[in-house]
Amino acid sequence: MAPLRQIAFYGKGGIGKSTTSQNTLAALAEMGQKILIVGCDPKADSTRLILHAKAQNSVLSLAAEAGSVEDLELADVLKSGYRDIRCVESGGPEPGVGCAGRGVITAINFLEENGAYEGVDYVSYDVLGDVVCGGFAMPIRENKAQEIYIVMSGEMMALYAANNIAKGILKYASSGGVRLGGLICNSRMTDKELDLAEALSARLNSKLIHFVPRDNIVQHAELRRMTVLEYDPESKQAEEYRQLAQKIHANGGKGTIPTPITMEELEEMLMEFGIMTPEDENIVGKAKAAVVA
Amino acid sequence: MPQTVEKILDHSQLFNEPEYQELFERKKQFECGSSLEEIAKQSAYINTWEYREKNLAREALTVNPAKACQPLGALFASVGFEKTLAFNHGSQGCTAYFRSHLARHFKEPCAAVSTSMTEDAAVFGGMNNLIEGLQNAYTVYKPKMIAISTTCIAEVIGDDLTAYVQNARLKGAIPQDFPIVKANTPSFVGSHVNGYDVLVKGVLVNFWDGKTRGEVTEKINIIPGFDGFAVGNNRELKRIFGEFGVDLTIISDVSDQFDTPTDGEYRMFDGGTTIEQVEEAINAKGTISMQKYCSDKALDFISATGQPTASFHYPMGLKATDDLLMKISELTGKPIPASLEKERGRLVDAMADSSNWLHGKSYSIFGDPDFVYGMTQFLLETGGEPVHLLATNGGKEWEAEMKALLATSPYGAKAQVWAGKDLWAMRSLLATEPSDFLIGSSYGKYLERDLGIPLIRLTFPIFDRHHHHRFPTWGYQGSLRVLVTVLDKILDVLDAQTSKTGISFDLVR
Repeated sequence: MAPLRQIAFYGKGGIGKSTTSQNTLAALAEMGQKILIVGCDPKADSTRLILHAKAQNSVLSLAAEAGSVEDLELADVLKSGYRDIRCVESGGPEPGVGCAGRGVITAINFLEENGAYEGVDYVSYDVLGDVVCGGFAMPIRENKAQEIYIVMSGEMMALYAANNIAKGILKYASSGGVRLGGLICNSRMTDKELDLAEALSARLNSKLIHFVPRDNIVQHAELRRMTVLEYDPESKQAEEYRQLAQKIHANGGKGTIPTPITMEELEEMLMEFGIMTPEDENIVGKAKAAVVA
Repeated sequence: MPQTVEKILDHSQLFNEPEYQELFERKKQFECGSSLEEIAKQSAYINTWEYREKNLAREALTVNPAKACQPLGALFASVGFEKTLAFNHGSQGCTAYFRSHLARHFKEPCAAVSTSMTEDAAVFGGMNNLIEGLQNAYTVYKPKMIAISTTCIAEVIGDDLTAYVQNARLKGAIPQDFPIVKANTPSFVGSHVNGYDVLVKGVLVNFWDGKTRGEVTEKINIIPGFDGFAVGNNRELKRIFGEFGVDLTIISDVSDQFDTPTDGEYRMFDGGTTIEQVEEAINAKGTISMQKYCSDKALDFISATGQPTASFHYPMGLKATDDLLMKISELTGKPIPASLEKERGRLVDAMADSSNWLHGKSYSIFGDPDFVYGMTQFLLETGGEPVHLLATNGGKEWEAEMKALLATSPYGAKAQVWAGKDLWAMRSLLATEPSDFLIGSSYGKYLERDLGIPLIRLTFPIFDRHHHHRFPTWGYQGSLRVLVTVLDKILDVLDAQTSKTGISFDLVR
């Protein structure tokens, strides 16, 4: 058996991270890989397309019921979905209370200690938004994910987020084994999207591993809580995810240490592509009325 | 057999017996220690000026800080109120540490409860722990008041005490009108002196908020601050005020709580400031803080009501006690009683009697900012020359105040003030520029052993000597005891030094 591959998907909230990861992992499962998905998002919606279920019992919600994590059984939290993909959600507190980052740490420790990673080829972490605190960096710490895939698009904020995530990876890359596997552009049909994605990838010392075109079939599948791979395996979009899956599969050990850029450099790049216009110092901080006057 | 049933050896002797010494020797091969030569070399190096420079430049590491964390101070202040249960929101270990720390010093049990936050509470927030904790604590221990302090974990995840307590009341876990005071005391900010301040302010806010000063009473409030000698000192304050004929309210009086008698009855709560006293205290003539750095926030809050306030720095010695008595006199309009004037004369007499032994002795002092200030001030009066004055929890303001104090006396010329430094820094300072004596807490005994500088234990925590806290250090009487403690050490050391040669080993000193 090949050694366990651990990968993680990061990206700005709402970028299509969970959709992209689940479709790609479904394609990997088609290739005969045994897969475990670990959803690291308090909303617990990282595995709904695989399980056809809105949200499953998360590690932390069950732990809260049972009284402590020690009282949980692996079988309580581990569910199997499409092509026997195993799914587990860390879960977490309601917005505004407690500590979601600590929740991710607790859940991942529980899974490791209870042998959730035995008998699988891939463990994939799906992590919410930015690397806002140490808890959300858990999957990129020592002996966890070997490669990180950043899901982004040509939108400005997605590019900012991608660069920030690269910073998070760099912190751990110098001391541990984590590498940036590549960028995945989930197309939003913005101007010069492909060029921009490739340019940013190059600046980050990485590569654009795949450009996923926009297709409404993804939404159609989502409404049915399914991946495109399952909903319409013959579709063009399903083929795109298969390609991405193959690229990721072949990408093992080929990740790089990212070279995140400064805010100024990023903005310069956006200006080069005409996404941002050069700043006019005279208008900064001026209200509409003041400008008119 | 090193010992038999007939001859039981104390452990200090037992492990020096050949059987054990041999065992220790054999064990060394597994300890992966350095060679004696290497140890000697390193020991010599850490006494050099070169190492001192490196040590003082150290930023990333603290070794033996002479301070504790905020909730310890809050817990100490909590138990100074009548039948008040100290309630710590966090993990059990925190509360266990506070309890043991206080118990080791006062040799008294220290009751306090914890919300016992675990991993789940850290993730989901500690609201359920707090509500259930309040309900249990209220039901089981039947306190008159609960004083909540927080710990790192609750503060990092941002638990909202006000909302949680409100929810506890709505759920009926505790009655609507049951007094609960709150203090946010993250351990990673400030020290126990700040925690004390925050809790005392929390008590005042709880009972004074929304009220205005009514008819002014004849009473004076005193906030003693975090004080290891509280048992003796608070009682001494009451005696002094008794001499004045002035009614005194000590806001947080732990003197009975940390000195319960052994008479067959266990007192979980004993003594303390009553809620009625706290409520009435808003109308007092004024509030005096005995330790400024323990009461900055509380005094600001009191001042805002229009009540006069004054603060001192752990007043010991002549001038500090003079200032305190004159302040009491000024606030109450009553003259300083003749009995206290006589006490002053006795202290002056004692200082004069011993001045030939006290004059020119050099001291280094560590402890809380107020203590180091008060101790320095008193020693300057005895002709003592301070050398290193260190407060790990002292800041820029303290440093400036210390320098101003030192400038008032020619004996202060050589002193150096070290704000924010730890006891490992003190080790380097003393190794390179020693003083005759070291004054501080029990933690100074390692410096005493390493450097041969005799330690005088005069501040919290004193773990390895008993009952010092039962005697006062404030006022003329307290100062007399401080004087005797210092003198005893000076003369003991002199006897030990002269006993071998017999030269100057005198009967009369």
